[in-house]
Amino acid sequence: MKTTGKVTGIVSNLVTVEVDGPVAQNELCFIDLDGVRLMAEVIKVNGNNASVQVYESTRGLKVGCNVEFEGKMLEVTLGPGLLSSNYDGLQDNLATMQEVFLKRGEYTPALDSAKKWEFTPIAKPGDKVIAADWLGEVKESWLPHKIMVPFSFKGNYTVKEIVPEGSYTVEDTIAVLSDAKGNDVKVTMQQKWPVKVAIGGFKEKPRPYRIMETGVRAIDTFNPIAEGGTGFIPGPFGCGKTVIQHAIAKQAEADVIIMAACGERANEVVEIFKEFPELIDSRTGRKLIERTTIICNTSNMPVAAREASVYTAMTIGEYYRAMGLKVLLLADSTSRWAQALREMSNRMEELPGADAFPVDLSSIISNFYSRAGIVVLNNGQTGSVTFLGTVSPAGGNLKEPVTESTKKCARCFYALSQNRADSKRYPAIDPIDSYSKYLEYPEMEEFFDSKMEKGWVEKVLKAKNITLRGKEAYDQINILGDDGVPMEYHLRYWKSELVDFILLQQDAFDNIDCQTPLDRQQYMLDLVLDICSRDFKFERFEKCVSFFKNLINIMRQMNFSQFHSEQFNKYQQQLLNTVDNVL
Amino acid sequence: MSSNVFQRIYTKLEAITKATVTLRATGVSNDELAMVAGRLAQVVKIKKDLVTLQVFAGTEGIPTNAQVEFFGEPPALNVGEQLSGRFLNAYGEPIDGGPKIEGERRYIGGPSVNPYKRQQPSELIPTGIAGIDLNNTLVSGQKIPFFADPDQPYNQVMADVALRADVDKIILGGMGLSNDDYLYFRQKFEDAGALDKIICFINTTEQPPVERLLIPDMALTAAEYFAVDKNEKVLVLLTDMTLYADALSIVSNRMDQIPSKDSMPGSLYSDLAKIYEKAVQLPTGGSITIIAVTTLNDGDITHAIPDNTGYITEGQLYLRKDTDTGKIIVDPFRSLSRLKQLVINKKTREDHSQVMNTGVRLFADAANAKTKLENGFDLSDYDLRCLDYAKEYSNRLLSIDVNIKIDEMLDTGWALFKKYFKPEELGIKQSLVDKYWNR
Repeated sequence: MKTTGKVTGIVSNLVTVEVDGPVAQNELCFIDLDGVRLMAEVIKVNGNNASVQVYESTRGLKVGCNVEFEGKMLEVTLGPGLLSSNYDGLQDNLATMQEVFLKRGEYTPALDSAKKWEFTPIAKPGDKVIAADWLGEVKESWLPHKIMVPFSFKGNYTVKEIVPEGSYTVEDTIAVLSDAKGNDVKVTMQQKWPVKVAIGGFKEKPRPYRIMETGVRAIDTFNPIAEGGTGFIPGPFGCGKTVIQHAIAKQAEADVIIMAACGERANEVVEIFKEFPELIDSRTGRKLIERTTIICNTSNMPVAAREASVYTAMTIGEYYRAMGLKVLLLADSTSRWAQALREMSNRMEELPGADAFPVDLSSIISNFYSRAGIVVLNNGQTGSVTFLGTVSPAGGNLKEPVTESTKKCARCFYALSQNRADSKRYPAIDPIDSYSKYLEYPEMEEFFDSKMEKGWVEKVLKAKNITLRGKEAYDQINILGDDGVPMEYHLRYWKSELVDFILLQQDAFDNIDCQTPLDRQQYMLDLVLDICSRDFKFERFEKCVSFFKNLINIMRQMNFSQFHSEQFNKYQQQLLNTVDNVL
Repeated sequence: MSSNVFQRIYTKLEAITKATVTLRATGVSNDELAMVAGRLAQVVKIKKDLVTLQVFAGTEGIPTNAQVEFFGEPPALNVGEQLSGRFLNAYGEPIDGGPKIEGERRYIGGPSVNPYKRQQPSELIPTGIAGIDLNNTLVSGQKIPFFADPDQPYNQVMADVALRADVDKIILGGMGLSNDDYLYFRQKFEDAGALDKIICFINTTEQPPVERLLIPDMALTAAEYFAVDKNEKVLVLLTDMTLYADALSIVSNRMDQIPSKDSMPGSLYSDLAKIYEKAVQLPTGGSITIIAVTTLNDGDITHAIPDNTGYITEGQLYLRKDTDTGKIIVDPFRSLSRLKQLVINKKTREDHSQVMNTGVRLFADAANAKTKLENGFDLSDYDLRCLDYAKEYSNRLLSIDVNIKIDEMLDTGWALFKKYFKPEELGIKQSLVDKYWNR
């Protein structure tokens, strides 16, 4: 029998309920408000009183309203049809809601139960299987979507029956499995999984060892993120966090992109809704939307659902990972998620940690980041979830709890700098403060040695060093004046400007410059390093300045041209002539 | 506001703070309105039979035996065509001496638009101010604040922008407006002969601060009526949101909530987002655009109010005085319109983005040159040209007294580039240089 209860207190979306039976932490319940059922989650229990956070507005709620507990945690539905869908933080399908305004208590099914999918069996009767093993496959537009033994199945099973090739709905039984005791269990193409629990079902989780290409030079060349790796982008507002995330969502070489718009602007999501069905993925030639799932809980949607949204996104990511796919999960912004935690903690009158955030903030964040990773599946194939979150530090100050907690667990740090943004040097990723721990991984170095060239990492470090020395020189020039420093300083500074303008800066709105494949990144890095290695002699620093400005202008035109096109080659020739003239 | 005849009346308060009262009552619903000793109040907390109400007009003089009467419904506004041209208070009651508003009763602070049903904003709102149109183009359905120090003429600029914008309705939500500013807006709208398309919800400094909390929701409920029901283009002006946030902190403080940064409530982000996210472009053609004012304390944008605002709004506009020209300009470095990419080069000329970026970059070079000069260093020929350019750029384009068409702004940009620089110093796409340099 279900546990029930009655509302005894209300503060904003925190409601206390007196219960008549057992309740579990994080258990779901529905509060009945004149026939409208409001979903809520248990976040604290004290005696017979459960505190629940309501995923909806609590306007009109009264003491005495009936509450019904569900006996399960917040779950998502996993199955074919997730791709190209637009969900809210609780996995309600936004596209199938009828009205312009979101209606309280309206929950729409995540998957279309009428749609038929072409199923091809992989397993045969008699096969021994365990959770997450592949039973069959359906084509989800282009993607081979594996139908798996539900993750919740414990122990060993034998396939008793499996349906032949044909079309089935997500609710049709496609296989019958028998457990060790001989009990039969029916399996459909959809399964449920609680979002706050990581999906297992893989053999091992090795250290990341290969790159996740994004087409953004400041990332791929300078601070690469590994497939299955984690990274975060903190930055004050107006520094281009969202532009970078969108660029990565469009360009990254992933099979599946999950975008969690967590407490951010609705118009940014609308941009994705509008652009992704039109934009083409240059690698597969398919529409971007065909590989994308959007979890959208914008800032004006209920706070508790915002907290759930990142978990919903992660769970869907893990589901596709179990199919042996490369998943990229983007969350914008994890600070809003942390703020949702803070709002609840505050209403529960918990003793606050720094900046009134809950004291366990750090462990919650690192627990979440740890769900990313590359894994070796039971069948030996690999799958991965790469996670990139943004952080919106209060006041642009990186010494705040969310940034600090995230820094402890994310392996890549892409600091967006206000100075760079102010001078329109986009992407505003600071070349000196940012880092990628993956550059230090011997596995990654090995990978680069074979994928790019021997000694690649060294080259990258050399380029980084040029920017660092350039900055030092710039500081000296500012203190001592243009004429007060040796010519060498000007050279150093301008070489770093060359690296900045040609490699680091990238026009996200230019059709060609926005995405640079690795081979082109390598080519341009070589070109820039070649120029930087030369020993130029100038009599006056003005000569040096105008020479480098000219170089930058020519090379920018190269960046705007099709790689190796006639135009590109023309500019390159012009560049070489200019350089030779000076030497 | 009328009350239900069958509603029970209570006469004993258990607790009183500066902004709230608490009493024992049953059958009370969350968010509903009540009258406490003749003052409007709203339920903010219920714990068994203990109900806490926030009294909008403050609790000065309220006795423990005050009469409390519950209305059984949340705050509402009567909406209808007759709102046009009216001046109302925070409760939606006329302050212009006109008749009471009759019309459909709508609860304020209603649900949000399904993001999937939104349309991507794509219509440019021209203002004639180059610091906005050229560098930070506004788009209908956008939400953007002015970040300004209290001494800057933000209300004037906002009124100019509103009157020049091509919209069907202008709704002003005034929070803590000085009486002078209120009269200024009134006069300005009257002089422009625009009264019939204006609706004002006004809370002045003479009125209790907590009343302000109703203003944005009132203004936006009216806006939603015209945008959603009537498919009109509505521009909402909210000034000053800093005073709104201050009122939020007063209430949360009285309710013993643990403050987060700058003694603001931990929910500040969500509270502000609920207001700003009402900006929308609807598929039926109606739209709500929000231009707000957030006053700063000595230009400090790291304070929780502007900081949270910046993360919610689609950009921000800074006003500052240019010491070289003595004029108020729209600061090109810190101002940003996030939606400008949706109209630049699409609804405007192909050279817009490059002229914009180059213009600002050169202005930045001039700022560097100025620093050099101040530090006593020699300036190069390029530095000197930048300084001259900056003065003219500031005067002819950035200044808020500019009122020209966008094409003219672009032509002015090219003219300045040509006057002071050579094409190779600019890094503009060659094809554009070929086309516009010698025009």
